Amino acid sequence: MQRIAIIDYGMGNLQSVSKALEKVAPTDEVVVSSDAAIIQSADRIVCPGQGAAADCMKALVASGLGQAVIDTVHTRPFLGICMGLQVLLSRSSENNGVDCLDIIAGDVERFENPLTDESGARLKVPHMGWSEVKQTQPHPLWKGIADQTRFYFAHSYYCIPNDLSVVTGTTEYGRSIAASVAHGNLFACQFHPEKSAASGLQLLENFTQWNGES
Amino acid sequence: MGLAKRIIPCLDVDGGRVVKGVKFLEIRDAGDPVSVARGYDIAGADEITFLDITASSDNRDTILHVVEEVASQVFIPLTVGGGIREVSDVRRLLNAGADKVGINTAAVNRPELVREATDKVGSQCIVVAVDAKSVAGPGEAPKWEIFTHGGRKATGIDAVEWAVKMAEFGAGELLLTSMDRDGTKIGFDLGLTKAITDAVEIPVIASGGVGNLQHLSDGVLKGGADAVLAASIFHFGEYTIAQAKEHMAAQSIEVRL
Repeated sequence: MQRIAIIDYGMGNLQSVSKALEKVAPTDEVVVSSDAAIIQSADRIVCPGQGAAADCMKALVASGLGQAVIDTVHTRPFLGICMGLQVLLSRSSENNGVDCLDIIAGDVERFENPLTDESGARLKVPHMGWSEVKQTQPHPLWKGIADQTRFYFAHSYYCIPNDLSVVTGTTEYGRSIAASVAHGNLFACQFHPEKSAASGLQLLENFTQWNGES
Repeated sequence: MGLAKRIIPCLDVDGGRVVKGVKFLEIRDAGDPVSVARGYDIAGADEITFLDITASSDNRDTILHVVEEVASQVFIPLTVGGGIREVSDVRRLLNAGADKVGINTAAVNRPELVREATDKVGSQCIVVAVDAKSVAGPGEAPKWEIFTHGGRKATGIDAVEWAVKMAEFGAGELLLTSMDRDGTKIGFDLGLTKAITDAVEIPVIASGGVGNLQHLSDGVLKGGADAVLAASIFHFGEYTIAQAKEHMAAQSIEVRL
């Protein structure tokens, strides 16, 4: 039995992530924790997150859990979800600019307003709903998931990694944006696998079985 | 391909039970919110909305248990509305497993609540319910006003101005219900829908009046809605979610199939 720790830094709905993991990995121990020691001793780590970037970063720093992320993100299978992806970049333009963990070099920017698609039709912000994800690189977490499968997104800011070779999936929303990134044992997605029905559960199940190699 | 237009079944929940039940899903207990939500997930719904209509304050916490149960078994977005008065109510629902919380009367009474809630939990978690009624006299330009108390109480607030204000206050989405059309099955108030969707940058869910599948399509094509919400046409088995999506896809509306 392995232990999967979900980092609880006080931002957002952790219930959905933990229930989804319990469903796909019924024999594993899934713990939601704000204790850095428990997180550092886990076999796998999930970093979710909702809310504003400044609040998330403040909570990560104040709780000491940002350091737990830095300590573990390169050493065992690590999954970032939504804000749990954005905090991994260098900085976010949200809340007039916030320094983030700088694990993936790059920026987080807001969708422009007004935002339009290639035909000139207006797009709403937040980007909320089901969009197709193009798998731009093979990855073990895509196993059993068809290319261009729709996943559930809910965000107004998006990541722009400096090194585009870390991007494993893209989605179109006014422009091509990074839907997921991977680097070594880290995989992080802008969409919510815990809210993306069967395909999302498949991705989570793949994560629970992933050896951390790409 | 872009973003899919969402189809959202809405369930009224009273004291932890689905009101009037659901008659098409092959489930043992048609009043059990968990069974019904699971049925809609399997049927291909893009999201589920629970409206808690529990009147007694003694029973207010029953919805939290319902949300916990549903969130542990249904892995599509769940919106819960009804009875929200303070930010702490929002937090409790989110902690129980709701993805979004709908704020209605409390926003009318105290608009700042929307700003406080979005500051705390993020815009993507806050849906403001906009209940509007036409108030234009004969020959006048179309005009809609916000009503509370199930459409009985006028507020004097212009619906379009209100929608813009709620978006400015940080709402992530609007759930727009025509109180004139609610329950009529004659279709959305498309003029109202278009007026609101044109006025705001955030997504709008159209609600109130759906009686057939073309009404859903019209909400998107003519009203500009980003999502369509319906209750009875799905609950009583007149149409399935799959039929709704096929119907919309045939008119070149992007849906999640």
